Amino acid sequence: MLPEFDLVEPRTLGDALKVMAEDGGKTAPLAGGTNVLVDLRTRRAAYDRLISLQHLSELRGLGAANGQIILGARTTLSDLVYDRRIGEAAPGLAAAARVFAGAMVRNVATIAGNVCSASPAADLVPSLMTLGAEVVLQSTVGERVVPLDQFYPGVHQTVRRNNELVTSFRWARRPERSAQNFYKLALRKGDAIAVTSVAVLLGAERGTCTIARIALGAVAPTVMRVPEAERILVGGVLTDAVIEKAASIAAEACRPIDDIRASAEYRCHAVGVLVRRLVGQAWQNIC
Amino acid sequence: MATEKRIALEVNGRRHELSVASNQTLLDLLRELGYVDVKCGCEKADCGACAVLMDGEAVDSCIVLAAMADGRRVTTVTGLGTPEKPHPLQAAFIENGATQCGYCIPGMIVAAKALLDRHPEPTDAEMRFGLSGNLCRCTGYTRIFSAIREAAGALKAKGARP
Repeated sequence: MLPEFDLVEPRTLGDALKVMAEDGGKTAPLAGGTNVLVDLRTRRAAYDRLISLQHLSELRGLGAANGQIILGARTTLSDLVYDRRIGEAAPGLAAAARVFAGAMVRNVATIAGNVCSASPAADLVPSLMTLGAEVVLQSTVGERVVPLDQFYPGVHQTVRRNNELVTSFRWARRPERSAQNFYKLALRKGDAIAVTSVAVLLGAERGTCTIARIALGAVAPTVMRVPEAERILVGGVLTDAVIEKAASIAAEACRPIDDIRASAEYRCHAVGVLVRRLVGQAWQNIC
Repeated sequence: MATEKRIALEVNGRRHELSVASNQTLLDLLRELGYVDVKCGCEKADCGACAVLMDGEAVDSCIVLAAMADGRRVTTVTGLGTPEKPHPLQAAFIENGATQCGYCIPGMIVAAKALLDRHPEPTDAEMRFGLSGNLCRCTGYTRIFSAIREAAGALKAKGARP
């Protein structure tokens, strides 16, 4: 048996937000349960009340408005794997979903669950960050939008307030001549936590790099962008020398720890290798 | 405080109506109802021993709340076939000696069923992807993959949907 808690199952988003606004003790939204219920079981977390998002199907799937892509918070990892439109809009995000946990977990785990776990190793966050994604939060008071790279004040912390629900993620449609890729280095291919992960998004016009975004996972208290490395890529042709420079800046910028999966030194080395490889591949795809 | 809720669900074609506590999992409920072919392994959604189909989709029943299975159709491994009339996957697992201790096999076959529903002729990569949430510590998976390949072939020969 799990520890005791109240379960609330709102039928609409409006009802869910009303419940979130009430003081019901320590509360968590519940979607796939792959974090919340496991944390309860292992006593890593305790909740007085869970709010099931099961019936809020409007929070699932891909949409678009005003030139922006909108991805519902309750979109599952399997949706990311199998929905071709998501794969086209965000190839790095689909690539991250393909190396995420196992098949049954992917069927229920959601994008918001992974983002709100605030783990530095969260598989989806580097790709979302390179898309320039924003987090849309709703409450009975209204809507608030926070850029994903400002969403994490620290490890396992987010700026989401207790009365707020993450309802979607959105980002500007990427330009035609752009490429996004992702690599997760882990000890196994399935059901593994990242040793380190790297996502890259490049855009180009007339042979010149116009957009460069690099995000690193599991090498700092939060997933991190590397603005110094991005800056030296933008505005020129990406020669091997420039790519090598960006890779070494990224390797130096990360602040990993030693743990059971790898040493800090190994992680820094891996970041250099992966940034060089992914930037090189993305550049070849668009030039 | 745990809250109680009245639910109705269908398991292997049989309807059940009962009260469940908010903190009861679908895994607990199924085993209480006698569906002990659903195995309790890690209870952390790592091992896949408790996998069942919910409206045709494979899920780990250890992280589904019983209350949230209200109105759903659940299939366990014994709902796929019987000893007299086994599902081609069950027959192929026996034929190929794909079972050793056997504890992971109910979840393995359920995940394999979901895999064949999506990919009737799976490649090795698709099989690995489809079984990425099922741990077996005995077999090394080789014979499990052989069994799934054989079942896929048998289903194709019969012209049947898995």
